[in-house]
Amino acid sequence: MVYHSYYSMAPILELRRLVKHFPGHQAVRDISLAIPQGSFFSLLGPSGCGKTTTLRLIAGFEQPTSGDVLLNGEIVNQRKPYERNVSTVFQNYALFPHLTARENIEFGLKRHQAPDIDRRVREALDLVSLTGKESRRPAQLSGGERQRVALARSLVLQPDVLLLDEPLAALDPKLRKQMRVELKAMQRRVGITFLLVTHDQQEALSMSDQLAVMNEGRVEQVGTPEDVYLRPQSRFVAGFLGAVNWIDGIGIRPESVRLERTPGYRSVPAAVTGSVFLGDCVQVLLRMASGEDAVAQIARGDAFQAGEPVYLSWNADDEMSLP
Amino acid sequence: MNLRAWFLLPTRIWMLLLFAAPFAIVLAYSLMTRGDVGGIALPWTLESYQRLIDPLYLTILRRSFAMALAATALCLALAFPAALFISRATSRRNLYLQLVMLPFWTSFLVRTYAWLFLLRDTGLINTLLQSLGLIHAPLPLLYNNGAVLLGLVYGYLPFMVLPIYATLERLDPALVEAAADLGARPLTTVFRVIVPLSKPGIVAGSILVFIPCLGAYLTPDLLGGGRTVMVGNLVQNQFTTARDWPFGSAISIALMAIVTLVLVIYLRRESESLV
Repeated sequence: MVYHSYYSMAPILELRRLVKHFPGHQAVRDISLAIPQGSFFSLLGPSGCGKTTTLRLIAGFEQPTSGDVLLNGEIVNQRKPYERNVSTVFQNYALFPHLTARENIEFGLKRHQAPDIDRRVREALDLVSLTGKESRRPAQLSGGERQRVALARSLVLQPDVLLLDEPLAALDPKLRKQMRVELKAMQRRVGITFLLVTHDQQEALSMSDQLAVMNEGRVEQVGTPEDVYLRPQSRFVAGFLGAVNWIDGIGIRPESVRLERTPGYRSVPAAVTGSVFLGDCVQVLLRMASGEDAVAQIARGDAFQAGEPVYLSWNADDEMSLP
Repeated sequence: MNLRAWFLLPTRIWMLLLFAAPFAIVLAYSLMTRGDVGGIALPWTLESYQRLIDPLYLTILRRSFAMALAATALCLALAFPAALFISRATSRRNLYLQLVMLPFWTSFLVRTYAWLFLLRDTGLINTLLQSLGLIHAPLPLLYNNGAVLLGLVYGYLPFMVLPIYATLERLDPALVEAAADLGARPLTTVFRVIVPLSKPGIVAGSILVFIPCLGAYLTPDLLGGGRTVMVGNLVQNQFTTARDWPFGSAISIALMAIVTLVLVIYLRRESESLV
């Protein structure tokens, strides 16, 4: 496994056998993770998988039922949120509506009696390209600008870990894609460890150095985006990160499927049931001889008619064999 | 008439009969001459308004403002923590709200009389303290400014709690978490985030307490025992004992004008600060 040079292996944040029960609900069941310093790490999972609760346990908004949160090697379970050197970017940003952008960014610095507040605020505004808008209130800013204020407000404190709770969910789709790139670039620039919570697999895959896929309060798999997408260790991970065709216990991603008109060495007969034009590619819907459905994502131009008999084929490298 | 006008009709009739008409009558009375045996007579005159600047009446007016301000401040100090507590309670919130409104189940008059029984020389508090040997003579708990202030705060506290609760209940809990996350201790969060954001409730509650306290009549009458005269008592006195309806009306109109002026100045400043 190749580790990128921009983050070290020393974990800045560690979760040890973390458990959180709410009345009538087990939100987090035994989570252990080590987040390397300087990395961009994501918790990816469907809603209700416990990822947000995990984030809240790290921030100190919730107390673990059992297990430990370690920050810089120190157990911080008993510390209040204002005593932990982590900072949260909330889903709806939670900017103080009665304060201007500048006052929002100053808020934490003032609480910590930081020196050089003016210079640091100026640098933070510059980092998120909000210079000139510092005297506006949140209501006078666009969604994207509000998010930048929220980022600046947390980053200006230089936290050990920046916690981001679905930070892109409130943005429109176009801005969301642009912000993925910007967030990642920003993380590289400031060198602070980012821990992002998301249910959007594209978001997690495109930004993370490593990600943990979560399901029902547990971590299913930890690895690089390539690891979890190409070498999933469970059917859940394979299915959550993208569509999978299950053929004789072997998983094939739709984009790895080729459609042939003649049988080959590794091929399965099927009938075309329909196709969906997606712009950059075409999705062909199929029914295999076994009666199960399959999907192939192929280049535009190849036309397959409904009812046409075809053969699904693929490369051995693209097979995902799972227990 | 359209449907909207029909819906507003009852309110319009109500306001016309019970607000506009009495107001016009009082305004007219204030500009007339005192009748020989009470009531009013012609000619029209501004004499009643001229008498208002008498130091005696100015003292009463000043005392009323001071009492109303003190009662509002005390209500705010008591109501804010209570409202914050209720808004953050999870399971018993409705019970607490019912408890805040519980005093409304009995008449204000009866409740004020109850204070009389608690505070007087042979009342519950003095009897208890004496029987415990803590004091040898009854404490002067009744018929002074303190008793009136206590009565006002007691009477109007719910009017402060409820509007503040209403704004706190709508406050996004993430803002409180964000403040803690950025390093604010609980008290800092209260004063830097929660108080500024509950300002609409604080303003509404303060107006709801201040205005009735300013014109309070029953509380100073019963608990002040005629020693703490407030504007309300002065007005009442003009219409009964003194039989000077024009002067009583002039005091009422002047009081109303002052309150309106203060509110208008305040609201105008508020709307400017928003821009």
